[in-house]
Order: sequence, then C-alpha cells, then structure tokens
Amino acid sequence: MTAEELNELIEQEVEANKLFVHSINVCVAAGCLSSHADQTLDALKKEVKAKGLDKEIKVKGVGCMGLCAAGPLVEIRDASNAAQVMYQGVQGEHAEQVVASAGKQSVQSLVCDTSIPFFAKQVKIVLENCGLIDPERIEEYIVAEGYRALQKCLQELAPTKVVEEVTKSGLRGRGGAGFPTGLKWATVAKAQNKQKYVICNADEGDPGAFMDRSVLESDPHRVLEGMAIAAYATGANRGYIYCRAEYPLAVKRLKNAIKQAERVGILGQGIMGTTFNFTVEVRLGAGAFVCGEETALIHSIEGKRGTPRPRPPFPAQSGLWGCPTLINNVETFANIPPILRKGGAWFASIGTEKSKGTKVFALAGRVSNTGLVEVPMGMKLREIVFSLGGGIPDGKKFKAVQTGGPSGGCIPEQFLDMEVDYDSIAKVGSIMGSGGMIIMDETSCMVDVAKFFMEFCKSESCGKCVPCRVGTSQMYDILCKVTDGTATPEEIAMLEELCDLLKSTSLCGLGMTAPNPVLTTMKYFRNEYDAHIQGKKCPAGVCKIKAAQEVLV
Amino acid sequence: MNSTLASQIVTLKIDGKDCGARGDETILSVARENGIDIPTLCHYDGLTDIGACRICLVEVKGSPKLFAACSTLVTEGMEVSTNSPRLQRYRKTILELLFSERNHVCAVCVSNGHCELQAMAMKLGLTHVRLPYRYPNLKVDATHTRYVQDDNRCILCQRCVRVCAEIEGAHVWDIMGRGIEARAITDLNEPWGASTSCTSCGKCVHVCPTAAIFEKGKSAGEMVKRSFVSELAAKREVYE
Amino acid sequence: MSSISAMPAPPSSDKRWKLVDAAIKRHGRAGHSLIECLHTMQECFGYLDEQGLKYVATALNLPLSKVYGVATFYHIFSLKPQGEHTCVVCMGTACYIKGAPQILAALEEKYGVKPGETTKDNKLSVLTARCIGSCGLAPAVVFDGDVGGKMVSSDALKRVEKWMNI
Ligand SMILES: Cc1cc2nc3c(=O)[nH]c(=O)nc-3n(C[C@H](O)[C@H](O)[C@H](O)COP(=O)(O)O)c2cc1C
Ligand code: SF4
Ligand code: SF4
Ligand code: FES
Ligand code: FES
Repeated sequence: MTAEELNELIEQEVEANKLFVHSINVCVAAGCLSSHADQTLDALKKEVKAKGLDKEIKVKGVGCMGLCAAGPLVEIRDASNAAQVMYQGVQGEHAEQVVASAGKQSVQSLVCDTSIPFFAKQVKIVLENCGLIDPERIEEYIVAEGYRALQKCLQELAPTKVVEEVTKSGLRGRGGAGFPTGLKWATVAKAQNKQKYVICNADEGDPGAFMDRSVLESDPHRVLEGMAIAAYATGANRGYIYCRAEYPLAVKRLKNAIKQAERVGILGQGIMGTTFNFTVEVRLGAGAFVCGEETALIHSIEGKRGTPRPRPPFPAQSGLWGCPTLINNVETFANIPPILRKGGAWFASIGTEKSKGTKVFALAGRVSNTGLVEVPMGMKLREIVFSLGGGIPDGKKFKAVQTGGPSGGCIPEQFLDMEVDYDSIAKVGSIMGSGGMIIMDETSCMVDVAKFFMEFCKSESCGKCVPCRVGTSQMYDILCKVTDGTATPEEIAMLEELCDLLKSTSLCGLGMTAPNPVLTTMKYFRNEYDAHIQGKKCPAGVCKIKAAQEVLV
Repeated sequence: MNSTLASQIVTLKIDGKDCGARGDETILSVARENGIDIPTLCHYDGLTDIGACRICLVEVKGSPKLFAACSTLVTEGMEVSTNSPRLQRYRKTILELLFSERNHVCAVCVSNGHCELQAMAMKLGLTHVRLPYRYPNLKVDATHTRYVQDDNRCILCQRCVRVCAEIEGAHVWDIMGRGIEARAITDLNEPWGASTSCTSCGKCVHVCPTAAIFEKGKSAGEMVKRSFVSELAAKREVYE
Repeated sequence: MSSISAMPAPPSSDKRWKLVDAAIKRHGRAGHSLIECLHTMQECFGYLDEQGLKYVATALNLPLSKVYGVATFYHIFSLKPQGEHTCVVCMGTACYIKGAPQILAALEEKYGVKPGETTKDNKLSVLTARCIGSCGLAPAVVFDGDVGGKMVSSDALKRVEKWMNI
C-alpha cells in the first residue's frame, strides 16, 4: 500500500462513518465476553435494525474498556466520537432501552459513572484505542492514526534514527525486567548478520496479569505496527508472536489482523512501496510459565522443550536459530507507534526520572474496581489501590499488594505512599513485573500466599538446573510444614539459606526470583510466620494447623 | 560467529593467574589448561555444554551474577575467581540437593568407588546431608539385554541424552516431564529393551556419572566407566 | 544432507488425521513445527495417544524420545483422554485468593475427583489452570470452553450437575 492508497482508505472510512449519528460500542474483549457480551452485541444489532435505525446508529464490537468486573460494558458515542454515556452490566434484554437512549435521556439504572477516579485518573497511550475501535477491522485502526508511524519511519527516517528516537524516549521493557528498549534495539541493529528476527513475547505467564491479553484482543494492529517498526530499525525481515494458548481470542484476532495487514500490503514484501519486507507468524505456547523467559521461548518456537539456556550469548547476539533476535513484550511494542508519531521527547516527558511513560496495571483480588488501568509511572501505590481501585470491599482491611507474580513480592501497608516505578518497587524487594497487582486483605494468610507461589514455581520449574528443580521442591515442603504448624527454627534457617542459593545459582530468572515471595513475606510479615511456628495458629484462619497429637504420630 | 571469536586472543586472570586463550574457549577449558581445577558434573569433554548442574559456578569481577564456567566464554580482561568460600558453600548445598532428590545408597551401588557424585562429595568435603531425603518411588528398567537404567541414581545431567544424540546420532534418550518430575527416558518412555532406535553402543553407559546406567552382571563397586567420547568427538570427520 | 523419508500413512482411516496431516504439510514437515502439530492433534482427538505421537515423529523426522519429551513438558498436552465434559478451575493468584480452592474442594467432595482426574463414568474431568486472563472476574471457571466469572461453589456445582444428569 502506498501513502496515497492509505489516505484514500482513510477518506472512504471517514465518509462511511459520516452517515452515522451515533455509535454504540460494545466491549467484546474476553472479560465482557465471559459475561456474554456477544449476546448483548447481537441483541443491540437486532434492535437497531428492527427500529429501522441502522442508517443512523452504528453498533460495533470494540476492545476492553477496563472495568471488566462490571461487564458487559456498552458506550454510546456521537458523530464526533464524544462519549454520551457508558453502561454497565448490559444484557440482551436491555437492548431496547439502550438503543432508545442514544442522543436522549440515558438509562439511569445502567449508567456506569465514568467520572470516578478509575476512569478519570488514567492516561492512555498503550490503551488509547481500546474501547474505541473495532479490533477486527484494520480500517478503524488506520483512521485512528494507525500505521502512520510505520509510514513515517519508512519514508523519512533511517533505521538508526528510529533506534535513536526509541532510545530518546527512555522506554524500558514492559515484560518485567525493565531493560532499556533502545539499547536492545541498537544491539540487534549492530549485529552483522543477514538473517535477524523480531519476536513479540505474548506469553503473559504471571497469574493475575491480563494487560497483554487486553491489548492483543483490543488493538492487535498496534502490536504489529510496533513489530514492523522494530524490524525496520534492526534489519529483521521475519517476526514471530509467541502467544499463550490460553488466549484463544487473542490468537484469533492476531491472525485476523496479520491477514488484513498482508492484504493491504502493510505486511509482506515491498511494504508501502519500499524495499522493506516483513512477515509475521503466530506461534502458540502450550502451558509453560518458563516459556516467557526469552531463551526458553526461543526453544519453544524451535519446537523444543522450553528449557532456558545460559546467557550470554543474549538473544540479541544469538537467538532464534542462532540469529540475532530482538525480543520485546507486547506492551513494549504497543508503545512504539505513539513514540514514533509524537517523538521520543514527548514520551520522556511522562513518568519519573528513570521510568518513562505510562504503565498498564491489572487490578485484581480484594479491591472494589477490578480491571485494567493505565497510569503515568510514578503514581503513588495508595492512589492506584484506593482511588482508582476504589479500596477494599466489604469493610475489610488492606494487607498487601502482590506485584510481579511468582517472581515478585508482597508490598505491605507501610510502602503505600511509594511512587510506583521499576526502581522503587525493586527497592522494597519486589519487581514491577508485567503489571499485575493483586490486592490482599486480612482474609489472606501471607505464609499461605508464599506457599502458593512456591507451589507455582515448583511445578513450573523446567527441571534443568539443580537449585531450582530440587530447591523449589524442598522449599515448598518446608512452607507446608510452616502452614501446618510443624516447622522448626532450623527449617526456617534452611528456608532462608535456600532462598539465597536459588537467587545466586539458578540458571534462569524463574529460579533466581522464585524466593522473592518468601523473602518479602518473611521480611514484612514475620509475625505471621511466628504465629504459625510458635503460636501454632494461623491469624487469618486460612491454614489448617495440625493438632499436637497429630504431630506426634 | 565462532570463527571470528576463535581468531581473537584474549588475556584474563583466573584466581590471580594470568592466562592467555582463544576467544571461543570457555572459562572451564582455560582454567583446566592452566592447572586450575573447577568442579563439574554435567560437563563432559566432547559434548555440548548446557550449564545445568551449577557446580562449576564462578565469580567474575564486576558482576554480581555468578557464571557457569563450562558454558561461559572468556572475554578480554576478565578476572575470574573459582573457589571463594561463598562458591564452596553453594556447591556443597547444591550437592546436598542432589543427594536428597533421589535414592542414593552408595554402599550397595555397582559404582561405589567409581561414582562422580560420590567423588564430588568427598572432594567438596560433604559429610552429611542436612535436607530431608525425598525418597521418590522410581523405576529400574532392566529390559535391555546388556544394560540397566536405574532412575533412583539419576542426577539429570543429560550426558546420556547428549552423547546419544550428538555422538552416536541415535537420540534414544531424552528428558520427559519437567521440574522435580523430570525423568530420563528412552523412546516414547518405553522399556529400553523394546527400543527401536537404540544401537546398544554403550556410550550412555560410560558417560553416566553415577550408576543410573550400568552394565548388567556387575556387583557393588565393579562398574568402571571408560572415557572415549572426547576422542570420538575430536576425530569426527566427513569421509570424502 | 539429511534425506526426507516418504510421508508415513496415518495410524487409521479416521478422517481427523487429514487435519493433522494438513498441519504437518503446511509447515513443510519441518521439525520446529512439532508443537503446532501436537496442538492440532490434541484439538482433533482431545489428547495425544502413542500411535499419534509415533506418526508425528515419523512425519517430522524427529526422534521418538524428543517428541515424548516435548509432549510431556507442556501442561496443555494430555496423554490420556478427557471426560465428556471438562471443568477447568482457574487457580491463578486472583482466583486463588477469591475462593478458587473452595470450588475445587466442592467439586472433589461431590464427584470424588481431584484436579487432573476424570469421573468413573467418564462424564467429567476436573482440571486447573494457571490464570486464564479473566482475573477481573475472579474466581473464574471454564465449563467446556465457556468462561464463567465471579463463581461461587454452588453455581459451579449447578453447572456441572446439568451435564451429569443427561
Ligand atoms: C520465568 C520468566 C517468565 C517470563 N515471562 C514473561 C512473560 O510472560 N511475558 C514477557 O513479556 N516477558 C516475560 N519474561 C521476561 C522475558 O524474558 C524478557 O525479558 C522480555 O520478554 C523482554 O521484553 P521487554 O524488554 O520488552 O520487557 C519472563 C522472564 C522470566 C525469567
Ligand atoms: S532456574 Fe528453574 S526454570 Fe530456570 S533453568 Fe533452572 S530449573 Fe529451569
Ligand atoms: S541417566 Fe545418567 S547420564 Fe543420563 S541424565 Fe541420568 S545421571 Fe545423567
Ligand atoms: S558443569 Fe557447568 S553447569 Fe554443570
Ligand atoms: S487468576 Fe484466574 S483468571 Fe487470572
């Protein structure tokens, strides 16, 4: 597709949309779909047709609007795309009322108040299109300034300039470790190799995190555009998206998006009339958390067991089939098009000194508003949990926020006023991770939580290296004894020794970070450990402490 | 990539000793060339290194991380320390983990006195295991006419997998499952004796560090292993 | 160097092998497509049997042990058949702290099956997942592919009971 053709397509789409006075957007991302948003969408379409309004009202499926727990969510927008009202919990039976309310009095019983902090305090870069465009139509992405950044790169910027812009933005990898993205791109760009690859890490293995899923389901073209720009900048011509098989809808939308992009010549050979070639393929995971680790992921794409290998060499030097390979996370790629459109300096103006831009967080657990929020880096943890998240429901008391999944830790109340960015979270012993935030209240036992994550690491360990394979198993056994009240002080000392061993000697990040949940809970909730060990009692009433007689037997 | 590395000459320090090496050499091989011993378990001369046992970890000045000597290439100016108290402590604990993982009963083992795991325990001064033994219930496969596989003694070093795939070219062995449930298997986890791919060459028998694979008809202490693989690997050629 | 052997004949005349065949050929019988091919086979048959694994190994020119190693590494692959219906309880963090363990316990109490097991009449398999990305609706349970959010034990039992009575 040439620039003229792109403009033509935009004009056609804008022209077609002019006819509509209103659009009714129905969230058809996974969260709302499990509340049967597909039936809501059907009912609304039928209603509009039945009332003969199909020339004036456009009913369409869109991506995630964030407040998944209140789904299905429906939004009515006018011709200028300004929002009239958002409805929550819309079922098929509400179709008549909803359609009738377009441009008129809203249905009060369904209104979802978008002036609450959950919506009002968000700053959307990655999610800017989510909830606005139909993820299954490339035209809508293009009208929303999509593929403009790629076009600009191909026509105006040399690959080195693209890398410079990304470096200038200060963007750090959103997959967990926060590695500077520009630096990684520069390494791959520098490698002298004809064949290079770009891989998008869409394995999203942290339980409790669903940001990447939402981006893929709501705005798949944004990820493709980010990958294409990366390929141009680094000299790659093939890309893979490694997506977990637990996300069938994301896979379907990605494959559909790839097909559409190929059809209009945005992917494939001679992209936009230049000599740049880039093809993308989706590869499925198969239920292995460790495959989020980059070298394991590469092995998995190669059709092997997903076991990591020692680094160096890093994938940027020797990755897929031994070729230099750029691996970035979904959200990292999703940040790329706006950075190239608006400039690295613009991006760098948002966030904190060392963590630029925004971060998408998935709020889940014991918090009133569960769902996705995108906020500038540096927002206070308290604000995220209590203002956007709406605090703890049922009058319960806050206990901890778990970030970073099994590689992260539990952050207690005393750090609620910390500004959330990579470095501050690391300072308290957890990690930013991919952005999952699980809020826990007094009903959770922190030793039980530590045991939960150790069980996770034990069964997700690939088994290649000794410290992680046997160490997680031994640590899990000790934690079981703590939760049933039979652990001895020597065993606690051994637990601490194993934490240090795994951190220092494991082959990959899984084993190295597996101790984090134990270390943070031991540090901040030592009283709960003591209560189990010495007091033979679980303060939260979660663990079943063995009675003294049972212990003797 | 390796051809350019091979032509680079680098200098480095290992335990204070100045060493010269080619850029494609590992820390382990340079150390050994210079008479510095780094303990290893999964490494086997002539086979690809995988960095699995973590016994060979060393410190490199300027990095908080530890590196597996067997699978880390030397670089210019590197300063390696191979035997600090911290490393010694870690190695011992890793060995304890290995002993606790399966059912190692040295006194009645055919490899008693010739076992690399046992030898490593002596070398590192491990006198007792502080961790509880896990006592998994594991199989012994004696269906092969000449050899026996005993999971109770396997340390998952993958030497058998590598020698069979890389040197013999039969790839009879692989690892199934993952984590603590991982096991060495032949073919589709079928009895070794029924294997359609095994050539009965015996290479796996001789690379196995313990008596997880041994020859039939040996009694306690009789199983001695030969080393010929590195020679085989070095002499490999394409004829014509 | 290596020569490609002739494509083997499928294990049986079952039409579903055509789909597995197509997947194998779509990737040019390349060894790296193993995981994709196993996915297709599991979609078609519900699980991976020994004959099928042998077939895929031969078609892709891969060692048997390697295929078995891969099939058992990834937890999505199952080497034994599932029951008529599957009930997958998410045991990810969000679901865990919101009561997923209680749902599992209720299922176990009522039907006598632990995660990974199938009832004797072969009607129901209970499985667990590591997070299905519906954390906003925790706890989540997937009934034959249909995600149910904000589940409580009684709802889950009701949905399962419907299958059991047919
Ligand atoms: C055990 C483990 C699991 C990981 N899982 C993921 C994941 O699910 N998604 C992801 O993007 N990165 C994951 N990572 C991080 C990746 O290895 C890698 O750093 C990342 O994809 C790089 O992309 P980025 O620079 O854009 O963050 C994981 C790392 C480890 C050690
Ligand atoms: S740390 Fe764990 S997951 Fe990583 S290589 Fe070692 S055993 Fe495998
Ligand atoms: S059988 Fe022997 S060689 Fe093979 S993995 Fe086990 S210990 Fe290593
Ligand atoms: S010898 Fe280096 S990790 Fe085993
Ligand atoms: S934790 Fe259950 S869906 Fe994520």
